[in-house]
Formats: sequence, structure tokens, C-alpha cells
Amino acid sequence: MATLKAGRARSRGDARVHVAAVHDGVGRSPLIRITLFSLRHYWQASLAIGATIIAAVLQLMIPRLLGHAVDQAQNVISVAADGAQQALLWSAATLLLVSVARGFFTLVQNYYSESVGHHVGYELRLAFYDKVQRLSYSYHDRVHSGDLITLGLLDLDGVRMFFSTGFVRTILLTVLIGVGAYMLLTTDVVLGLLALSFVPFVAWRSSVAQLLLRGTWIVLQEKLSVLTRVMEENLGGIRVVRAFSSQTHELGKFDTASAAALDLAHERVMIRVKNTSMMTLSFFVAMGLVLWVGGHKVIAGEMTVGTLASFLTFMTILQMPVRQLGLMVNSFARADTCGQRFYSFIDQAEEIIDKPGALPLKITKGTLRFEDVHFTYPGAAHPTLTGVTFEGRAGQTIGIVGAPGSGKSTVAHLIPRFYDVTSGRITLDGQDISQVTLESLRRQVAVVQQDSFLFTTTIENNIAYGDPWAKETKIERAAESAQLHNYIMGLPSDYDTVVGERGVSLSGGQRQRLAIARSLVLRPAVMVFDDSTAAIDAGTEHRIRSAIKAYASDRVTIIIAHRLSSLMHADLILFLDDGKIVERGSHAELLAEGGRYRALYDLQTRPTDIDIGEAAQ
Amino acid sequence: MSVIEEDERDSATFPGQRPPRASVGSHKIEEEVFGKAYDPKTVRRIWAFVKPFRGKIYLSVAAVLVFTATQLAIPLIIGWAIDGAMVAGGNANNLMIAVGAFAVAVLLNFGASYVQETQVGQVAENVLFEMRRAMFAQLQRVSLSFMDKTEVGRLMSRLQGDVNSMQEFLETSVISVGDIVLLIGIVVVLLTLDPWLGLLTLVTMPILFIVRIFWLPPAKRAFWAAHETNSLTNGAMAEGINGVRTVQNLERQQVNFDLYDDKAYHNLETQLTGSKFAQVMVPIVDSLTGISMATVVLVGGSLVLNGSLQVGVIVAFLFYIQRFFDPIRSLTMQYSIMQRAMTSGRRITEVLDLPVTITDKPNSVQLTSDMDGSVAFHDVVFGYDPERPVLKHVSFRVNPGETVALVGPTGSGKTSAMALVHRFYEVQGGAVLVGGHDVRNVTQESLGEQVAMVLQEPFLFTGTVFDNIRYNKTSATREDVIAAAKAVGAHEFIERLPDGYDSKLEQRGSNLSLGQRQLLSFARALVADAKILVLDEATANIDSYTERQIQKALETLLEGRTGLVIAHRLATIRGADRIIVLQSGEKIEEGNHDALMELGGLYSRLYNMNYASFDDIPDELVAEANAKAAST
Repeated sequence: MATLKAGRARSRGDARVHVAAVHDGVGRSPLIRITLFSLRHYWQASLAIGATIIAAVLQLMIPRLLGHAVDQAQNVISVAADGAQQALLWSAATLLLVSVARGFFTLVQNYYSESVGHHVGYELRLAFYDKVQRLSYSYHDRVHSGDLITLGLLDLDGVRMFFSTGFVRTILLTVLIGVGAYMLLTTDVVLGLLALSFVPFVAWRSSVAQLLLRGTWIVLQEKLSVLTRVMEENLGGIRVVRAFSSQTHELGKFDTASAAALDLAHERVMIRVKNTSMMTLSFFVAMGLVLWVGGHKVIAGEMTVGTLASFLTFMTILQMPVRQLGLMVNSFARADTCGQRFYSFIDQAEEIIDKPGALPLKITKGTLRFEDVHFTYPGAAHPTLTGVTFEGRAGQTIGIVGAPGSGKSTVAHLIPRFYDVTSGRITLDGQDISQVTLESLRRQVAVVQQDSFLFTTTIENNIAYGDPWAKETKIERAAESAQLHNYIMGLPSDYDTVVGERGVSLSGGQRQRLAIARSLVLRPAVMVFDDSTAAIDAGTEHRIRSAIKAYASDRVTIIIAHRLSSLMHADLILFLDDGKIVERGSHAELLAEGGRYRALYDLQTRPTDIDIGEAAQ
Repeated sequence: MSVIEEDERDSATFPGQRPPRASVGSHKIEEEVFGKAYDPKTVRRIWAFVKPFRGKIYLSVAAVLVFTATQLAIPLIIGWAIDGAMVAGGNANNLMIAVGAFAVAVLLNFGASYVQETQVGQVAENVLFEMRRAMFAQLQRVSLSFMDKTEVGRLMSRLQGDVNSMQEFLETSVISVGDIVLLIGIVVVLLTLDPWLGLLTLVTMPILFIVRIFWLPPAKRAFWAAHETNSLTNGAMAEGINGVRTVQNLERQQVNFDLYDDKAYHNLETQLTGSKFAQVMVPIVDSLTGISMATVVLVGGSLVLNGSLQVGVIVAFLFYIQRFFDPIRSLTMQYSIMQRAMTSGRRITEVLDLPVTITDKPNSVQLTSDMDGSVAFHDVVFGYDPERPVLKHVSFRVNPGETVALVGPTGSGKTSAMALVHRFYEVQGGAVLVGGHDVRNVTQESLGEQVAMVLQEPFLFTGTVFDNIRYNKTSATREDVIAAAKAVGAHEFIERLPDGYDSKLEQRGSNLSLGQRQLLSFARALVADAKILVLDEATANIDSYTERQIQKALETLLEGRTGLVIAHRLATIRGADRIIVLQSGEKIEEGNHDALMELGGLYSRLYNMNYASFDDIPDELVAEANAKAAST
């Protein structure tokens, strides 16, 4: 359970410092911002860069040394046999030393550039997670969760990898190709040009191939996600599939999606293969030319065998890095687009935040007031709430009914400031909720939602989600009141049973009862049940209601429901229609009034004939 | 329990302390990943998928051998060019021959690598898709009792993760053949060129092998740990996104941020450990290369100096040394890939071998639309667990065109009875007859065509409204679909959607209300136009307006069809021609509403309790009614 293994000491504040650093540099181009951010790890980055340059130079020494050794072996530099032997010993020793050193510096180069990448990734992840939690409901309504996950996985990776695959690789390739070319050309211009002739071609092909592969990769992922969806929906809806005997139809859907993905996968194989084999061919053609021209030079006595051998080994050394030019180009392209997306996510303004100088909410009596509240969803033309006014005092229960889309849930969402009112105000004990700190407000308002999220952890932790310090007795009491305790005790490891996506799955009604238990652990001043008993049968709901009566004495309870039996005991019932309160009063008053509420009541209790329902309209 | 003493919200005893009951994401990935590296049974099963492509496989193995041969030849040609053409005054003719040979080798290399990579790459993709299809097709046929017990996520990981690791294996295994040949080839060539120098040079090779063998197990663990913490961190992130509303609702942001920080930091540590393990091989390989090169230079050079070895040979040696650690590196990696592939292969085989319990009999008949449309249960005994029957000797008959409502408290066996009409499960005793035929004697497909089903929870597929209503009845025209939508009263709201019938349903119709989804599933059943309709009425609370539409749609749907309805709403129950009351798997009452009211049994007692639906009646009241019904 302890995720924090013994490691280097790190203080809790570090994380916030990292998050702040990710937010630095607003307005800069993404590549510059990423580079500067990576260079914050200056000692690791300097080690990586320094080691890269040294390793590249050492690597370039090897062909030279080998060429020398070949010449020494032939005793071309005519010295006495003894001296030649001595020279060979020196060459061998130097070669060994250079190889070992190169290996060491490459280790330093690779490790520290990866390390910078991993640190950057860690920091970006923190900033991303933090931002996700801060963005308001209206943002999350707008943006598909799948797109956010892609942003946090793939785009973040594109940014993270830039230091090692883009920045350090650029330095490596510049030194290798630059210094290598200089060494070759100063030794022999013609042969040097021939030896380098494959470089531009390979650089071009590999860049084109990488960019093509990246483009098709994105398309392939889309096609694969269609395939995944077909399979997931088929397995999830297997009863419908069986009920319609549509296995053949489903296999057809699978085959269509599969064929589309397969074609593209084949296409990608072809792009890769064509380019790699062309690149290899061009390399060998250049090598053949060097052998041919160089051979003639050796025959003509213009060049030693050793020099020719060193040219050939140079080429083998250059081959790999040149092929990687494409990866470097790709890394730049990827970091640029991913960085653009990532940073515009990080930089966007948060809609619901504390006002400057906001004070914590102070609950004295526990009175909730809606004062002429109007609300229109961002981007919507039609207002959702118009002039809603009501008051609830501690100990009171307020019921809200209305057709779907009449604005019932919106009322629930405005109290904890999931959205801000368009005009009017909501107060708790006289304090405007938009003027107090968000944290203190939300601690006093618990909304039990219809579709509460189940986290992949134990039942106990799920119930204690809002107060992870809650004592066991309190958790059990909440579960008992929510009529969930008996069910939990029947699970394999009762309260320690893991539920959620990777654990035991709960039915809709059980999930709603868990959500109720969750809010019972808290001690809010306002408790809202937002259609949160829809999937619970009336008998169980009845028992839950009597159990939580004892909790309700010092708080305002708001119940939103379709089923009138859920809220007819309320002190005040509001009938909402198109965002307006059209009827208000107690159950008895509203029945006596004989309006919409009455019609709904009749429809729900004894629908002997459909015509009665029509009369309700 | 009566008086609840409310204490303050519990909290930390000192700041910075970890809350005891909090976590983000999950903590482990449960499945085993590495198994035996070779399992003949699994290999045979995998081979069955590869076999259709064996021509291409043989071709690519041949290509790999050619490719490897050219790799071996190139340094030799260079060495020979030096010795035969350049030293001792030179020989331009020989140089031409050498360059010619080089050109031939290069062209062969190009052709062989092209052939091998295209073939292997495409075969691997094809095999992967075939495997996935075979598994998917099998899942379409296995019994529902298996599907009921198995989570979709688990099956998806078979269909994706396991299949992908097989692909990796297939792609690399042909290349491994090349690696082995290359390794052997280099050893043979070096020893042939000069046995002593060859032997001295090759000393480093076993050293690397030994180092790799010791390095591999901890390295593999480190890589796996890095992989695992990474997916756990990503899982926690996904959970944070999907559950963000609840997180904000319960004001858990700070706690979650700290917990996520721990997770991400732990991941950072394992990533760094993984990097260390990966990079530590670099200086080892480079040093060993250095030793070999130094040996060649020193020993080989001396031999050249005293004339017992030609200089071209040491050049060739130096070229080989640059290459000879590569195959060792990839072969040891291949070992882990094989282990993973065997485990995945075994899991794939498990899916392919799932028993199919419900199959068409060899001489089963086609159920046609001219059958009478009756449904009959003859003394049916059924239980998911045969020891505990859910239906106990139930018999009843639904006449053609009649609507029968099945009612009864939760657990009375209503849903199971409905599933049996469609032969989702096999009865343990008695028989279910549709149109006079035992469902076990007709083909499943024709049974499906004659029996339409509407489930309690409407399930829609991603796609357009039109696709969803038409579903598998591809012969239905647009007019048919619109007519069906109009008949169930869905036309109006469909027309109001941005693209009407061509509007996309996001994520299984989450952009529609529950009632609207219900209406679409009715329209779908109407288009299917079956003689018999089996329907499980929704229990969820739908707003009264939609509720009324659904009631009307239901009437349309049942018109001219035999209907077996699991009814919850009194209106539906009263509208039925006959009512069958089930309790604990037994039929206790049967008759129309008036008859049952007169009978004064469980039905009438429940009815008189004035609830909107039987499901709304609290359990204790049901028990009470039961007791009273039993006493009369």
C-alpha cells in the first residue's frame, strides 16, 4: 500500500514548485519552452550534453586508430620492426582505452538524457493532473474524457521525449556528421565526398519516412480504436447481440473495422521497408564507390590501405546516426504539435476560482437561500433557470420535481459552485457563495449524484472518499444507513473488497447506495440528493430515508426525484418547469391546489388508464 | 443506531500525514506475464494460424539466409580487395572483380532485406488479425453463462494485449533465425581466416554471453517494474479524469494530488532504475569490442609484420568485430519476447478452447414465419447452478397473438424464463416450445429471427440512429425504419436531433435520455418484425411524459404478435390478456386481472397496496401479503 518507497528525501512542497515551473514561459513557442524547461535540470543536462560531445569525438577517433594500426602492421611508416611492434602495442592500448572511455561517456550521455526526460515527464504529469482537477464542470462537459487521456499520455510523452530524442540527438549528430565530414574531407576531398554521398539521401528518406509513419500512425490508432469499440460494444451488449441472433452481422462489423486497420498496417510496413532498404542500398553504393576509387588510389600509391580502411570504418560508424536523422526530425515535429496542445491546456484560464481575498465560509445557523437566481449554460441560447428563489433552514427538507430538462439538477450543481450563477445570488448564512473560498464551500455542500463515480479501491476507501480520515465505525454506520452494510458483509473480503473497473462491479442501485454512504460520512450543512435513488427500489429507499432522518436535524436536505414517493414528505416542494418554479408548497397543499403536481401524483399512483396521463399535460 | 452522535470530520493529527483510507488508481496488474519460453502445445496452436502463410514464411527464411550471407560476405570482399588488389603493387583487374562482387552482394542484400521485411511484417499483421478474429468469433458462440461471469475488460486484454505480444514475437522470430546464422557464420569465418587470431578475438563472445545471462533476470524485472508503474500511474491519471466530478464534489483534490505525486515519483524511480539497467550494457559491450579490436591490432598486426598474415584479413576481422555483439544482444532479448509470447499464446488458446455448449443439432429445422407463434413451457426446470433451480416445474402456454404478463417479486425467476424462450441457456428438465418446436430442435439463427427481445436496459451501439434501429435487419429500408420510429413515437425526438436519423449516438447513446433509448430499442424490435416478442419492462424511473409514450409504444409493439412481458407497471399488467404470477420459481396464480382479483391471492393483495409498480412494494409488505395469501 505504501507507494512511497524509501528513496531520496523529497519534500511535499517540491511537487507544487514543479507545477509552478511548468506554468512558466507562457507565450513562448513550445519548442523553446520545452527546451528551457528541460534545462532546469541543469547539472544532469550539462552532464548529458558534455558526455555526448566527448563520446562522439571518441567514437570518431576509432576509425583513425584502426587505420593507423593497419598501416603500422604493414610497416608503411618505415621504422624498425621492433619499433613497429611497439607502435602496434600503443595503438592497441589506445584503442582499448578509447573504446572503454567511449562506452563510459555514452552511458553518461544516454542515462542523463533519459533521466532529464523522466524528470520532465514526472513534472509535466503533476502539472497535468493538477490542472485536470482545477478545471470546472463546464470544461469537462465540453471536452471528451478520452481526448484528455490522450493529451495526458501521448502529447505529454511527445513533450517529455524531446530532450533526449530531439535536443541531445541534434548535438550528437551535429558533432558526428560535422567533425566526421571535416576529418574525411581534410584527409581526401574526393574520397571524402564519396564517403559522405549517402548522407543527404538517407537524411531525406529517413525524415520523409518518419513523418509519413507518424501521419499514418495517428490514422491507424483511430482505426484501431474503431475496432476496439466494435469489440467492446459487442461484448458489453452480448445479450442484445444474442437476442437478435446477429452474430453474423457483428462479425461483419468486426471484419470491416479490422480490414481497414489491416490495410493501413500493411501500408505502414511498406513505407518502412521501402525506405530502410533504399537507405541501406544507398549506403552500400557509397561504400562500393569508396572501395573502387580508394582502391585505385591505393594502387596508384596515393593512399595507404590504412587510410582506406579508416574511410570504410568511418562510414559504418556514420551509418546509424544518419539513419536516425529522421527520428530527430520527427521528434521536433512531434514535440511542436504535442507541446502546442499540452501547453494550451495548461495555460487556459480556470473558470471557477476563489475571488481575491475570499474568506472561508462560516456556518452559524445553516440557512440556504436562492435569491432570484438565473442561469444559462455557457454557449446555450436559452436560460436553464429563471428567477429561482427559495429558502431552506437547517433541519428542513426541500423537494424539487419537474420534467427532464426543467433545470432540477442545475439547482444542485449551483450550490457547490460547479457552475457560477449568471445573475442573482446564492447565500449560506448570508454569505454569497461566490465570495467564500471554494474549498470551505464544498466541504459544507455534499451532492449525491445519480451517476457517482466508483474508484478502483476498497469499498471502505470508496465510502471514506470525501474524508479519508474517517474512522471505521463511522464508515460502517454510513453503510448501514445507506442499506449497504449487509451486502458488503456478503462480499469476499467485506469492507476490503476492491470494487470499480478492476474489481467487483456493483449494480446501479448499489452504486447509488454507496454514493449516499459516501456523503453520510461527511458533515455538510447542505446535502443534495440529485436523483440519486432512481435505481434503488422503493422499499430500500424508504428504509434509507428513515435511517438518515437522524442525520438531517442540523442541515438543509434537498431531494430531486422523479418518483414522488421520494420527496412527498418534504417541508417544501418546488415544481420546476422550464427553469421556473411554477408550484410550491407542501405535499398536502400542492395536492389540494390540484395543479401539475396533483396530476403527476395521480399518474404515478394509479395509472388505470393512459388518458389520465394525458389530462396531466 | 437511533441517535446518531455526529462527531466532527475526522482529520490528520499532524499536517502532512497520509490519510489512512485513500489511494488513487489501482496497485497491481494482476496477470502473469512471463512463462515458460517454450511450450509445444501453445506453439502448435499458434502454428495453425501461421500455417496458411507458410509459403511466405519459408520465402522470408530463405531471404534471411541470403541477407545474412551477404552480411558475412561484405567484410570478406573488402579484405580480399585489399589483399588481392591493393598491396604489393596492386592489381586493377582484381579490384574490378572485387568491386563487382561487392555490387552483387549489395544487390542481393537489398533484394533479400526487402523480401524478408515485407513478408514477415505483413504475415505478422495478418496472423494477428486472424487470431483476433478467431477469438472474437468464438466469443460469439460461447454460452452466456460464461459471458455473464467474465468482465469485458479481461476479454479485451486477451483480444488486444495478448495478440499484440504475439505479433512482436512473430516479427522478431524470423529475424532471430538470421541472428543465429549470423553468429555461427561469423565464428566459422573468423576461425577459417585464421584459427588462432579467430579464437583470441572470439574470447570476448562467451564473456558477453555470461554477462548477459546474469544481467537479464534483474534487468527484466527492472524493465517490467518500470512498465508496470508507468501503467499504474497512467491508470491513476485516467481515473482522475473520469472521476473528476466526484473528486471536486467531495473536495479531494489536495489528497489526490499528493497521492498521485507519490505514484508518479515512484514511477520516476523505477524508470531511472530501468534506464540504469539498459545503459550499463553499453560500456560493457564497448569495452569488449575494444578488447577484441586491440587483440586484432596487436596479435594480428604482429602476424602481418612477420608476414604470416595478410593485412586484408585484419581489416575483415575489424569489420566483423563491429558487428558480432549485435546478434547476442538481440538473441537474449528474444528469449524474453518468447516467454511473453508463450504466456499470451496460452491465454489466447484458452479463449479459443472455451466450450460452446449451445449448438444447432445436426438435423435441426428452420423456424419459418408461417409457424403459429405460440410459446409453451412444459414442466421446465432450470438453474444457473443445477443444484439450486430458479424455475421449478413451470408449465404455461402463450397462445398465438396473446399477451401474457409475467409478474412476481424479485428472484421469482421471471428473467430466466424469458431467457429460456430464446435458448440463452439450456433447460435441465422439461422443454420450451416455440411454434410447437422444442427450441433445441430448431436452428438458433431462425429462432432469433422469430423471437424478438427487448431487454430491461436499452443497449445502443455507437453509430447513427438509423443504424441502431435497423441493426442487423439490413434488408430494412429507410422508410421501414422511419415507420417503426413513428409507430413507437420516437420519430419526433429523432427529427429534432442535429442530423435526424443520421445523427451519431455518442458512447452508446449517452447523449439521449433513458426513455429515448428505450424507445429506440422498441423501434429496433419492431423493425426486426418477429412473430414473438419477449420484453423485460424497464424498472428505472422515467419521467411521466416519456413513461406514457412508452406505454403507447408497447401497445403498438404487441399488436398482432405473441407477447411475453415481464411487467412491472400496473398499466402494462392490466393491459395483458393473461397474467402469470411467479414466486420462488413456481407458478402460483394464472388468469386475467379480474379473475386474479377475484381469486384474492398474492396478486390481488399486492394490487390493493396501491403502489405504482410491484417493484415499489417494500419486501416486508410482500412477505406480509404472501403470508396472508397463504393463509386464505
